[in-house]
Amino acid sequence: MLIRALEKIGAFVLRRFEEFGTIVLLYRETMRELGHKPRVHHILTQMSHLGVDSLLIVSLTLLFTGVVFTLQTADILIRFGAQGTIGGIISVAIGRELGPVLVAVVCAGRVGSAITAEISTMKVTEQIDALRVMAVNPVNYLIVPRMLACMIVVPILTVFGDVIGVLGGWVVAVYYSGISSYLYMNSIHTFVDVFDLTGGVIKAVFFGNVIAVLGCYYGLHSPDGAEGVGKATTRTVVSSIIVIFILNAVLTFILY
Amino acid sequence: MIRLIDVCKCFDRKEALRHINLTIKDGETLAIIGGSGSGKSTLLRLLVGLIRPTSGEIWIGDTEISRLSEKELDQVRLHMGMVFQYSALFDSMTVGDNVAFGLREHTSLDEADIRQIVEDKLRLVGLEKVTDRMPNELSGGMKKRVSLARAIAFEPEIIFYDEPSSGLDPIMTEKIDELIIQMQETLKVTSVVVTHDMASACRIADRIAMIYDGELIAVDTAEHFRESKDARIQAFFHTLRTVKGEEPA
Repeated sequence: MLIRALEKIGAFVLRRFEEFGTIVLLYRETMRELGHKPRVHHILTQMSHLGVDSLLIVSLTLLFTGVVFTLQTADILIRFGAQGTIGGIISVAIGRELGPVLVAVVCAGRVGSAITAEISTMKVTEQIDALRVMAVNPVNYLIVPRMLACMIVVPILTVFGDVIGVLGGWVVAVYYSGISSYLYMNSIHTFVDVFDLTGGVIKAVFFGNVIAVLGCYYGLHSPDGAEGVGKATTRTVVSSIIVIFILNAVLTFILY
Repeated sequence: MIRLIDVCKCFDRKEALRHINLTIKDGETLAIIGGSGSGKSTLLRLLVGLIRPTSGEIWIGDTEISRLSEKELDQVRLHMGMVFQYSALFDSMTVGDNVAFGLREHTSLDEADIRQIVEDKLRLVGLEKVTDRMPNELSGGMKKRVSLARAIAFEPEIIFYDEPSSGLDPIMTEKIDELIIQMQETLKVTSVVVTHDMASACRIADRIAMIYDGELIAVDTAEHFRESKDARIQAFFHTLRTVKGEEPA
């Protein structure tokens, strides 16, 4: 009984190490392929496909995050006479953490799953084999454009989300909590440093990278069949979110 | 010339192919037949370098491909074309873009020339006015023909066909067979056709290689196959006679 349990744990650990090693190898090959001439048209297509289509969901997520954040904090801050700090607190929180992390989580669900579904379907229908037989490197053709697109689009979405989130906070602060618009804006000027925004953008670049590479990895290694595509998509979302949270902690420690 | 020398392929601990020795001459059409799971598709994937042999050598012309890097292998693949079992057309591209794909990737031809080649190749496989259609708007037979047009767009020396008649009705199967013969006659290519359809193999092939349970049990002409006393070969001919309504031997 105990031996069998240990065997199962050992097999699980080995599988995870094997998976990690394969991801590292894929990442290395992707980096090597970055040196080749970029497929600009593909990158722009992916940016449009993956980024523009995510605008609405990112806007809604950050808008309501800003709204709820202000609703939760405004009363307490007013009670302590610190209403002049609300704009700054919300901006710093959204710029440094909530913006990049929430946008990345949304993108992991929206973009990562789309990448995996597309690539795993290509794998199942032998389109990836067709690329290889036609002497086209699938990493160069499929992964590099998606990775670059994600590394550009996720930071742009983050900046966009930051603005929407702060705007949501402003609406609640001014029209619900009765704080003047000048006070809200002034606190942003006073408390927010440029690095609060750029730090979040730097995080978003890494998150975009993670979403694309994991999305492609699970797509390329999906089990066969329709069920396999579904499983691979779920794995992408779950793994990306876990890695984003861990990476966020590491990057926060390094950046701030 | 394609040569396989003592090729073995194992997946985990299962031997998919055992000690395959085979020579395919230039300009020849060789049909590889065998039942489901016999290893014929594995053999085809080895020949195009999609998988590597566990042991043995695979020679395409003067190049031993089993130990080449992917980049070196790509140079060999430029002389090959492949028609996949389910066509494997890129579903995000039009038919024209599918056929033009290899040309856009590997040549510096201008768009007008590429368009001309695409139209020529589609005409060669009996398809016209489908250039702007998407693959999901085509029937199975049309997809196979587009896949063939894509395979010959780069004017390869070798064409590999993976189950070209799979999923097609008998009339369309015959049309595809005629196309395979036509390609061999007009382009003088070497063709390797993996199929489980003995009737098709007899129609198109100069020689037939039979794989049974991972082993190459015979390589010969259709006539000699017909006369063979081997029960495994006769089992395949039995199905052919049954289809044709002849009395089994």
